[in-house]
Amino acid sequence: MKTFIIQSIRLTLVLTVVLCVIYPLSIMLIGKASKGAGNGETITVNGKVVGYANIGQSFTKPQYFWGRPSAVAYNAAGSAGSNKGPSNPEYLKDVNSRIDTLLKYHPYLKRSDIPSDLVTASGSGLDPDISPDAARVQVERVAKYRKLDEQKVAALLTNNTEKPLWGVFGPSKVNVLKLNIALDQLK
Amino acid sequence: MNTELLGIIASFVVTLLIAIPLGKYLAKMYAGEKIWTDFLKPIETGIYKLSGINPKEPMNWKQFLKAMMTINILWLVYGFFVLIYQDKLPLNPDGNPGQSADLAFNTIISFVVNCNLQHYSGETGATYLTQHFIFMFLHFTSAATGMACAVAVFKAFKDKTTTDLGNFWEFFVKSITRVLLPLSIVVAVILTFNGTPSSYAGKDKFISLQGDTVNVSRGPAAAFIAIKHVGTNGGGWFGANSAHPLENPNYLTNMVEVIAQVILPVAMVLAFGYYIRRKKLAWIIFGVMTIGVFMLMIPTITSELAGNPLIAKMGVSQITGAMEGKEVRFGPTATAYWSTMTTVISTGSVNGMHDSTMALTGLWQLLAMMINSLYGGCGVGVLNYFIYLIIAVFISGLMVGRTPEFLGHKVEAREVKIAAIITLLSPFLILAGTAISTYVFTNHLGGDWAVKPSTWLNNPGHHGFSEMLYEYTSSNANNGSGFEGLGDGNIFWNVTTGIVLILGRFLPIIGPVAIAGLLAQKKYIPESAGTLKIDTKTFGLMTFAVILVLNALSYFPALALGPLAEYFSMLK
Repeated sequence: MKTFIIQSIRLTLVLTVVLCVIYPLSIMLIGKASKGAGNGETITVNGKVVGYANIGQSFTKPQYFWGRPSAVAYNAAGSAGSNKGPSNPEYLKDVNSRIDTLLKYHPYLKRSDIPSDLVTASGSGLDPDISPDAARVQVERVAKYRKLDEQKVAALLTNNTEKPLWGVFGPSKVNVLKLNIALDQLK
Repeated sequence: MNTELLGIIASFVVTLLIAIPLGKYLAKMYAGEKIWTDFLKPIETGIYKLSGINPKEPMNWKQFLKAMMTINILWLVYGFFVLIYQDKLPLNPDGNPGQSADLAFNTIISFVVNCNLQHYSGETGATYLTQHFIFMFLHFTSAATGMACAVAVFKAFKDKTTTDLGNFWEFFVKSITRVLLPLSIVVAVILTFNGTPSSYAGKDKFISLQGDTVNVSRGPAAAFIAIKHVGTNGGGWFGANSAHPLENPNYLTNMVEVIAQVILPVAMVLAFGYYIRRKKLAWIIFGVMTIGVFMLMIPTITSELAGNPLIAKMGVSQITGAMEGKEVRFGPTATAYWSTMTTVISTGSVNGMHDSTMALTGLWQLLAMMINSLYGGCGVGVLNYFIYLIIAVFISGLMVGRTPEFLGHKVEAREVKIAAIITLLSPFLILAGTAISTYVFTNHLGGDWAVKPSTWLNNPGHHGFSEMLYEYTSSNANNGSGFEGLGDGNIFWNVTTGIVLILGRFLPIIGPVAIAGLLAQKKYIPESAGTLKIDTKTFGLMTFAVILVLNALSYFPALALGPLAEYFSMLK
């Protein structure tokens, strides 16, 4: 028994060096060669960091495309979904009021035009993307508030729609932050 | 064909393409045969020397389990104190506080037992020191513990009669140096080049496009997330686990992570067959498991793609499926696939919130964890399945009126008793836990014993019941996923699930190793015409029936009260 205890302590120490020091430090060094040098990939506009490529942010102004509802208000110090069950009456009320808000800002839409990702909260609360449908329904509103040609905004959206991985795996999507930056640069 | 469906088909195919050769590799490597990774031998020799270990020393089943328990208890004690004092220790750039005693109790148990229930949130409840030196360390060692114990069972059936189950330290160290660490390095590099942070920089702050000030949690996450999947641990760096856009940045990383968590459980099953030179047996077991997995996966995918019927009533389009708690970059198909994989094996990482999945999806998730051996955890999946095999052999023996035999050894009262206790343990822990929590919830929530918020359920009605059932099921299965709406960061949940975790881990490891040890000591009886052959389709079907009947009998009432009742109430 006593030998087992001593062996356990020594093995724990040795493995700590291998697994908790050497391993993560080597990954950190390799990561230096990646985009963002392992600190997370940021997006810079006019020399200022305006966000992280992979982290969604809150857009509430009508001249921007909006992202999905978030349970943490896009505060990336934390992360969480709503964890509301599918039959929760309070939750269903929330969804319904989100639909009403959307219809108010997009009077040209029917209920059946609204894709559900625009009225449901994401898993992380930081979802950077929306579905191409969810972006398409916002084009008319954005064009109106920016006094831009609708065709031009629609074309911008097409350019900013990301295809599935290698064209074959997974869904198409639109990164809301990148789309809005492109929109700001449109003159 | 639709690209979301193609994505999961590719994920499954690649899993098999990696797992099959990996299974052969594991069998050779554990048997000590010549293999291409022998260049790592000097490193292992160094580890043994520094630790004062002789890897060639044979152990009987009792010594093997003693060594295993000694080092696990050491980690429990040491980790507990580090978690409590983490605020005073270095590598805490975000200034996070120490954990309370009950939270540390729960956290350390859940990491030692390969569960990772995580009643804290990674961004605020842990420091870089505890994330790496405790959690990531245990990601490796808890997986290696499970694998080493599975190999002891393999060894018991390789030789005709033996008391030697191999050396725990050797199997344990080789699991890390030859399997877990190399695989983790590959996964970690892929992750970091796809946007997962790997540096030690703390929180960042910036002004968003719209002018809001935003903080972003970061940290050396890539190394951690890699082993979290390879070792079927599941405890995430960030609170939202693999739904977090830094923990799982795109569809490629999603595929890598979901493949990484399934390859070892599948490979261990195949390794069993190659190791004891009964390939057919391994393929029959693999077949039974795979049929079970698909029976859970297909209805999960259809239920998620159909969307929420109550939202459909509001008239919006659910063309992509149910989106609450899911991320657009993965979509419901890949999220449903992941949810099946993470519950059949014991990972418990999530790329979408299980609490918000459809009622029937919840049913399949729960059932997957209750069975807990369709592939199952890294190493422990085989051990759990082994118990079902013993029960199936016993029942078959009774049916034909002969003394049951397993791979040439008589299965007698003692072994069957152990198997029966292990089988009964799961429903006991899950159902008793749920019963107690339901009673406390309805009768004592006014009590002043630190329940915050004032109610721990995030959802009313049947779904609330499911939240509690899920928490104990996940604890017993050492899974670690949750219906995370449950307010579980308080003393009641920390203590009760802590107890379920520790019993649900070590007894189902000790039981199979003990049975294997006892069987291996017995005289070997050569196969004859009267032997019950266990590597046949008929016996595979028999095992499947045993799994189905045992679990249906144990859990149907509880499942009827939770997810089934919710499903029917939504049809109204």
